[in-house]
Amino acid sequence: MNLSHHLDDATLLALASGTIAHAHGIVAASHVALCPACAKALRKAESIGGGLLSDGGVEPVSDMARAATLASLDGVAPAQRKPARKSELPAALDHALGGLSLDQIKWKKKAPGVALYDVPMPAGATSMLKLLSIGPGRAMPEHGHGGEELTMVLRGSYTDHMGTFRSGDVADLDDSIEHTPVADAGETCICVVAVEAPTRFKSVWARLFQPFVGI
Amino acid sequence: MVLLQANKSVMPKLDRDTVLAEHLAQALSRVAQFRDRQAFAILFDHFAPRIKYFLMRKGSSGEQAEDLVQEALIAIWSKAALYSPEKGSVATWAFTIARNLRIDRLRRERAQLYETLEDFDAEDETASAHDVMARFQEDTAVKKALAQIPEEQRELLILSYVDDVPQSEIAQRLNIPLGTVKSRMRLGYQRMRKLLEQIS
Repeated sequence: MNLSHHLDDATLLALASGTIAHAHGIVAASHVALCPACAKALRKAESIGGGLLSDGGVEPVSDMARAATLASLDGVAPAQRKPARKSELPAALDHALGGLSLDQIKWKKKAPGVALYDVPMPAGATSMLKLLSIGPGRAMPEHGHGGEELTMVLRGSYTDHMGTFRSGDVADLDDSIEHTPVADAGETCICVVAVEAPTRFKSVWARLFQPFVGI
Repeated sequence: MVLLQANKSVMPKLDRDTVLAEHLAQALSRVAQFRDRQAFAILFDHFAPRIKYFLMRKGSSGEQAEDLVQEALIAIWSKAALYSPEKGSVATWAFTIARNLRIDRLRRERAQLYETLEDFDAEDETASAHDVMARFQEDTAVKKALAQIPEEQRELLILSYVDDVPQSEIAQRLNIPLGTVKSRMRLGYQRMRKLLEQIS
């Protein structure tokens, strides 16, 4: 797939090192699955991990653990390559939605032409994942966000000051950027958006006002 | 002796790390093809202590670390045939296996995020001799490249990859803006990519 908007290198490094917030990781992994250029960049970022693993320290492993591992090998079958997937959605997002398709989502209407779905996250997650459905020509509601926000288009397209975002494109934004995406005419635009959990970036004062601001 | 010298002149200059990487790749290939337990023991003795060190730097107790080390090495045994050079050197592959297990276990339900990253293999599965050589040299190249980037960039990469500190927390710890953390990491990574491309 030829995509025009990619992951920030800092996001690729967070994904490769394993330090990315869960929701952001789902969106980043979804983009990587569709984008050969970012997949290649991720492999390069992972090689930093390989280099540091080779060259870091060693911590002796007990003879007991070694013996137990060797003894258990006979019971372990070779892993099989996973069969090709049928879902419209990339695997990471498909998992997060528990196999639901976009047509099975129970949307919550937020404004005319705008609906939202909160994707369940594991307990203790520091990030939230939302699906957003924006009718043709509608603007995404104002969301003066704090923290890092990662959006990927799943269906349709939208346009903002950075250009047009089509299926598979990501907008990888930090908190300094305000944007007002408008869904392009013709088709409802469905996006998946990872945002930081509010407590991580908002003051108590800001949180009081969040009901009036939040997406 | 004469033979050794003759060999030396034809072979490209190989350093110890490259020889080691090739040795590990051969062991992995014997595990994949023949379920060779001796070859597996070579992989265990090399990677288990390194993965354990990594896990303990990330805050696991010795006991937790040993559990995960065993799981990671068993995954290497079971997935050996799925390894392909596109996944990088064997060390890079081992790193991703340990990372995936650790995170997916940490997050439990609905959290096979990292497992899904294993699903997409590069389309071209046949590696040229050049690719194979590049793979053996990858660990050496990464090591060299890491040594060549400025300390302030290397420090952030180590905090991320080894100590498992998220970028926002690095910013707090070092008392620098998140934007600075990110730009330093980007610079370090971009510089390393350039250096790595020169080598392979």
